[in-house]
Amino acid sequence: MTQITATNDFVIKFANVNGSGSASANELFAKAILRMGVPVSPRNIFPSNIQGLPTWYEVRVSEKGYLGRRGGIDMMVAMNPQTWAADVEEIEPGGYLFYDSTRPRPASELRDDITVIGMPLTEICNAVYSDPRQRQLFKNIMYVGALSVLLDMDPAAIEGLLGEQYKGKEKLIASNVQALNLGRDFAREHLKHPLPIRVERAHRVGQRIFIDGNTAAGLGAVYGGATLCAWYPITPSTSVAEAYQKYSNKFRVDAEGRHNYAFVQAEDELASIGMVVGAGWNGARAFTATSGPGVSLMTEFIGLAYFAEIPVTIINVQRGGPSTGMPTRTQQADVLACAYASHGDTKHVLLFPEDPKECFEHTATALDLADRLQTPVFVMTDLDIGMNQRLCEPLTWDDARDYDRGKVMTAEDLEHKDFGRYKDVDGDGIPWRTLPGTHPTRGSYFTRGTTRDAYARYSERGPDYIYNVQRLLHKFATAATLVPQPVPRPAAKRTRLGVIFYGSTSPAMHEALDVLAGQGIHLDALRLRAFPFPASVKEFIDAHETVFVVEQNRDAQLRSLLVNELEINPAKLQKVLHYDGTPITARFITEYITDHVHDAVVSPQESKA
Amino acid sequence: MTYIAKPRLHHPSLTRNKVGYTRRDYEGKVSTLCAGCGHDSISAAIIQACWELDIEPHRVAKLSGIGCSSKTPDYFLGASHGFNTVHGRMPSVLTGANLANRDLLYLGVSGDGDSASIGLGQFAHAMRRNVNMVYIVENNGVYGLTKGQFSATADKGSQSKKGVVNADSPVDLVGLAMQLGASFVARSFSGDKAQMVPLIKAAIGHGGAAFIDIISPCVTFNNHAGSTRSYDWVREHNEAVSRIDFITGREEITATIQPGEVVDVEQHDGTTLRLRKLHTDYDPTDRVAAMSYMHARAAEGELLTGLLFVEAEAGDLHASQNTSARPLNSLGKADLCPGAAALDKLNAQLR
Repeated sequence: MTQITATNDFVIKFANVNGSGSASANELFAKAILRMGVPVSPRNIFPSNIQGLPTWYEVRVSEKGYLGRRGGIDMMVAMNPQTWAADVEEIEPGGYLFYDSTRPRPASELRDDITVIGMPLTEICNAVYSDPRQRQLFKNIMYVGALSVLLDMDPAAIEGLLGEQYKGKEKLIASNVQALNLGRDFAREHLKHPLPIRVERAHRVGQRIFIDGNTAAGLGAVYGGATLCAWYPITPSTSVAEAYQKYSNKFRVDAEGRHNYAFVQAEDELASIGMVVGAGWNGARAFTATSGPGVSLMTEFIGLAYFAEIPVTIINVQRGGPSTGMPTRTQQADVLACAYASHGDTKHVLLFPEDPKECFEHTATALDLADRLQTPVFVMTDLDIGMNQRLCEPLTWDDARDYDRGKVMTAEDLEHKDFGRYKDVDGDGIPWRTLPGTHPTRGSYFTRGTTRDAYARYSERGPDYIYNVQRLLHKFATAATLVPQPVPRPAAKRTRLGVIFYGSTSPAMHEALDVLAGQGIHLDALRLRAFPFPASVKEFIDAHETVFVVEQNRDAQLRSLLVNELEINPAKLQKVLHYDGTPITARFITEYITDHVHDAVVSPQESKA
Repeated sequence: MTYIAKPRLHHPSLTRNKVGYTRRDYEGKVSTLCAGCGHDSISAAIIQACWELDIEPHRVAKLSGIGCSSKTPDYFLGASHGFNTVHGRMPSVLTGANLANRDLLYLGVSGDGDSASIGLGQFAHAMRRNVNMVYIVENNGVYGLTKGQFSATADKGSQSKKGVVNADSPVDLVGLAMQLGASFVARSFSGDKAQMVPLIKAAIGHGGAAFIDIISPCVTFNNHAGSTRSYDWVREHNEAVSRIDFITGREEITATIQPGEVVDVEQHDGTTLRLRKLHTDYDPTDRVAAMSYMHARAAEGELLTGLLFVEAEAGDLHASQNTSARPLNSLGKADLCPGAAALDKLNAQLR
């Protein structure tokens, strides 16, 4: 049997039971590799359950810096008998299986093309610890210790992290280090080490930080000047609001100890967006964070905000749908629901961050755009970016940057200028607004979801209606010039093939592009960062014969949006769809595109040509 | 139609209040409700109360949901910003607006369909959050805009204009508000302006959520024999627990108060509520007793009106949020953005 041999380039997966305390041990393992200067990308794959169901933690170790999922598992740490058979099956030929050998292995047939490494973790824990909780928790730390020997990791990196985690709690540091060393000692004495897969100190992390997208988005809302977060708890977006509250408490308490922000856990999603609408109408920056089912509930208000032209920012951390779907799994399946949310003719601005850094930036940008455009703006992140820690460039903020509060008339403006709430004064489709309380006699108006004329007077006249809805379209065209522009990645060689992708698909896509180029398949790539689509998107599609559109939903929602909005021939846009709830892998993209390109080469039309 | 504006010509002899406005400055557009609608009487009472309190009209934000009642903010305080939100969701929009700028007066107008059916949840949570506002429900027990269906406040056994008997128990918004912790709860009758105006003034002076349920008969669909929300029925079954005078800090009115019959309640803004008790055993500051008395009277088929409960020092949502004394919508980058240096420190902690 040929064993997999790799240094700083492998995938290790931990199969655990939810609620067993494994998550922190697994994170400790991943962070220790980072501290050794090797990029890692961990993903927590967990059930919609508090305790007892299977959970996995997959760590991509990649000195080259690939942060997407690769596909395939080189080493499985199989700690859950319930999923044993499927876990074992997932291991690549030549890979490794590490398991708790206290009890006999489950009866399923064991593969002979993998290396099996047993360690009596439960037996050791039971001998050393009497407390049942300690037995459980320290078993996890113990296997981290054993793995550190097998993979040749620096124990100081792990101990350093334990010291930081339990700073000021010396007893906890000591007991964790003891468990770590129990694992290390056993591995050194009883297991063949190091394995052919190992970690070697490198210097490939640099100044990058390790943060999850939800925390970054919450921080982006603080930096972007949001003063109200009204929300309702829902997986996987809850930690956006919690991060906003945490950092607001840190940064937004004035000299008198009072808060320069408000944070309301509403009774439901309807009330949370209602509060955001009220605050936006009254000139405060406000946002909510939710996921697909929440957006469904908010849809009525989103339509009101669109038509009445009120700034609203919604962070949608997408999960598996439809309905309750897969609450703890990832998808990019709310694209159409958000782009056209509400009845009647509506279109909304969507931003697509690719990593936590862009979650931070796009959230702050969304608050600016919502004010500038006086409309709802969605930040379309997902569980994969939102809830997994990702290595990314440091967050940056330009102190010279000021908030774009958009077109708000002051009392002085009102003295000198004509005010028509829905008049297109500047030719960009964006009207001026006034805030309640501004002027004793000028500028007040009635906001409503019913039709009106340019002066906000109730009107059911056809021409008034047409004027407004056409102006809204014009405003949307203006939005295309203001949103984050697409990021091109030209191929090394001239090609007729293009690929469009967005959001959390990005890291796997970049790896796939490298692999495909290595196979002689070159694609020009364009990463979309927003809807409405800037003009360059149509130009890109027009410039290629075939354009693959890679996304994580069943119905090719972004492709539909491209076809619909840019009037593209659908045959030109080739779907690449991954939607089982796990993050897309580079291997999936590579295989799909390779197959398609090969099919095209042997097709009759191509042969004649 | 709601877009018919009233002529803005004022007679020069109209009396001006302390902030320089005549009563007409508090009016809005021409009402499009049916002639004789109780809602128009409520609008008139709001106009009277705001004028008497010397409130600058543009410092009021008036919000409503959907329905006949929710159209009325167009008919008063024309110089104020108004917001006709969506059905039943006025409370959340008002809550957000209030959090954005604590310096304005928030007036929420709703109906029984709007607040007791689709909006019951939002009504309940606005009460328990004690958002600083005046929340008026113009309660006629019927859906007027859709021509006569029962609302959730219609009494069991009452009849619709078409003769249908209501089989469902009514939602008692006053009882709910009391139970949910509202700090000011009152009920009135649109035909009793003498009671409504001081109640609205008192509600404006209150520092938290002030809820007034105003029985407002629908002259078109719910003013017939068999209705328990008709003018005649309400007049016959109305029992006022108190008459109140509303007294500003600078102008105390004491002439009509007899010693031994008065309860003074100081409000957040320094104004004083003076309650004249009609029942010696009625204490409007005792929530439990007030609820008990109200239920007892309801069992007798009586509509209890007046100020039913008040908790003067209840605080409001801003107090529980501990928000800045400055309106949140006035804070700028210097107050809100931690800056690049703080971000660099955070980055360092994330390595």
